[in-house]
Amino acid sequence: MALLEIQDLHASVGGHEILKGVNLTVKAGEVHSIMGPNGSGKSTLAAVLARRETYEVTGGRVLLDGKDLLEMKPEDAAREGVFLAFQYPVEIPGIGNAYFLRSALNAIRKSRGEDELDAMDFLPFYKERMKLLEMDDKLINRSVNEGFSGGEKKRNEILQMSVLQPRLAILDETDSGLDIDALRIVAQGVNAMRSPDRGFLVITHYQRLLDYIPPDVVHVLVDGKIARSGGPELALELEEKGYGWAEADAALHA
Amino acid sequence: MTSASNEGGSEKEMATVTGRPNTYLEAYGELIAERQERDPVWLRQLREDAWTRFDAKGFPTTHDEDWRFTNLASLAKSPFRRPVKGSIAVSAREIEAFRVAGAACQLVFVNGHFAPELSELSGLPKGLEICSLVAAIDCGMVGVAPEGCASDGIEQHLGRYADIRRDVFAALNSALWEDGAYVRIRRGSDLAQPVHLLYVSAGAGEEIMTHPRTLIVAEPASHAAVIEDYVSLGSEAAFSNAVTELVAGQDAVVSHYLVERENLSAFNVSTLRLEQARGSNLSSHSILLGGGLVRNNVHPVLSGDGAECLINGLFVGAGSQHLDNYMLVEHAQPQCGSRQFYNGILDGSARGVFHGRIVVHKDAQKTDAKQTNRNLLLSDNARIDTKPQLEIYADDVKCTHGATIGQIEEEQLFYLRSRGIDEVSARNTLLYAFAAECLDRMHEPAAREFAEGLIRERIAELARNRRTASSAAATEEEVQQWEEVR
Ligand SMILES: Nc1ncnc2c1ncn2[C@@H]1O[C@H](COP(=O)(O)OP(=O)(O)O)[C@@H](O)[C@H]1O
Ligand SMILES: [Mg+2]
Repeated sequence: MALLEIQDLHASVGGHEILKGVNLTVKAGEVHSIMGPNGSGKSTLAAVLARRETYEVTGGRVLLDGKDLLEMKPEDAAREGVFLAFQYPVEIPGIGNAYFLRSALNAIRKSRGEDELDAMDFLPFYKERMKLLEMDDKLINRSVNEGFSGGEKKRNEILQMSVLQPRLAILDETDSGLDIDALRIVAQGVNAMRSPDRGFLVITHYQRLLDYIPPDVVHVLVDGKIARSGGPELALELEEKGYGWAEADAALHA
Repeated sequence: MTSASNEGGSEKEMATVTGRPNTYLEAYGELIAERQERDPVWLRQLREDAWTRFDAKGFPTTHDEDWRFTNLASLAKSPFRRPVKGSIAVSAREIEAFRVAGAACQLVFVNGHFAPELSELSGLPKGLEICSLVAAIDCGMVGVAPEGCASDGIEQHLGRYADIRRDVFAALNSALWEDGAYVRIRRGSDLAQPVHLLYVSAGAGEEIMTHPRTLIVAEPASHAAVIEDYVSLGSEAAFSNAVTELVAGQDAVVSHYLVERENLSAFNVSTLRLEQARGSNLSSHSILLGGGLVRNNVHPVLSGDGAECLINGLFVGAGSQHLDNYMLVEHAQPQCGSRQFYNGILDGSARGVFHGRIVVHKDAQKTDAKQTNRNLLLSDNARIDTKPQLEIYADDVKCTHGATIGQIEEEQLFYLRSRGIDEVSARNTLLYAFAAECLDRMHEPAAREFAEGLIRERIAELARNRRTASSAAATEEEVQQWEEVR
């Protein structure tokens, strides 16, 4: 059984149809990259998979390990192993970064009948992950993402992913706005988590990230549909010829 | 996008309220007779002046600018009675739930009367003098002071600050008060633990009124915190009309906490009048969680150079609660600072008011006054009226204000939920973070912890209600400009 199976997915935001029949299958252990021009619906797809309620699904099916993902609330999807690294991580004033992540981890553990971790158990583990991502200790007690630099926000997303250990990780333009050092650190964090029972959807504009995180499959999303799919060479071809080529190609096949 | 005032039907109705129940006159007559032998001349005079004022003016209507957003018709027509002393037995066990951990002492008043058997006054810290106000008056008359009590200083301060001309409720209280606390903090004393004043209304089938009167005298360079706490036993409507005068000597540092957690039928009007000498630093923390119709007046007068005042508040309303906060900050001398921070959370058809008026007198150059009011509306029927007002007679001053109205942000809610946190907990977390901003400004640990516990409990109740405002995607927006008055 595939880890993620998306069949003819249609979704709208504010009455506008954005996804117009997406088909995609990710097997455990695979890294899939989704590329595509701005506004083609990549973040919409990510939001639908993370079950954001303001995105209305108007057709199709999505199965996560054979379970109907579209029936789930955001917290249920998270507990079933979906993790979304946000393109624009949200600032939450008044809630400590470490406290927040421990609450999240405990909510997930509890749903699986596992013991909750107290601060004493959690903190060493958390700090060790922070170190791997070269994050400053002072971010531990700061409010979630508040006053973080762009790079710190993105690393914080990867930190959360590494603590929550999802089954399906969706990275929405985690590379955008990062300098080369930060990109390398983020990529290392992701690569360290590649495993035979985890799948990745890596949304990006650029080949650059894929140099660090080599994908198994590359898809090009154009106007709410997968216009092309292929191996890593597709990303290179896109880099060379630009999205115009994929768009024209999509029009040809339409 | 602040909502308009309640024009229309209700206002017309208010304007025609004429008859007032005669229970007030009865209460006044009884009280004057009872106190005839005991009240000193100056106090009898105060009661008489105050009564005359109340009698002439009556309860305000929504035509009164200071009461534009609060309709008092239901209060004005209710025949609240003066409770009969000792008619209600309250046990120590019933009071247990209301204790404040870490308090220096606790004075309990049941239906406005001091209940020594329920109070905890042993082991008072050095430098703290505290007793029932009426006991202090009485002992002053007979010349024997009960332990811990001294009547000197009362005449000098009582009734000197609360404004019976402007404020009818202060007048009503000044005429009808029967008891309350007299707290004196001696020069230079540093009290680590807060004083807890607990006002219990226990109606037992009757709609009663009480007029608690508190006088706090903080001598120069003293440091203390006082918690004034209003609770109910039972579900009867009661009317509490409290006045507290807090006089701070030079360089005194005092925090006052008002906690309103009465039942949802309660009417509660409280007036805190702060008188600040040079270099004093006062904080008023108001935590309004309960009560049906609540009016919270805070009125500091910074009458010495370099005095500082913090006015910090949280109001949380649901159902049909009406929580009205009226701040009047008077800068009378130069180089003083005042900071107001009020956060409101309103659900159901609750209504909140934040009226912040800053008056800068002619001599108050270099005034630095700041005012912030932030509000979360959790339902389409909840409503807030926020009204900043500025009255300036000096030219070299800095006054800033900001008011916002928003909802819980869908984006933040989704972010938390996307990490596995359930919706109720996520709402709770976000609401609590908003409410808890007021806690960061409280610097007495025992009082802060007490407030934190109450806020947590109240917010958890609200979070369980999943309803969100339909305009949930809207973010906080800036509302209201200063209204300049002269
Ligand atoms: N919340 C929203 N409200 C209205 N339109 C939206 C919203 N989110 C996305 N869109 C629109 O949907 C389209 C796809 O957006 P998005 O999924 O963010 O694209 P991508 O991530 O590929 O750049 C765009 O045209 C965008 O303007
Ligand atoms: Mg996007």
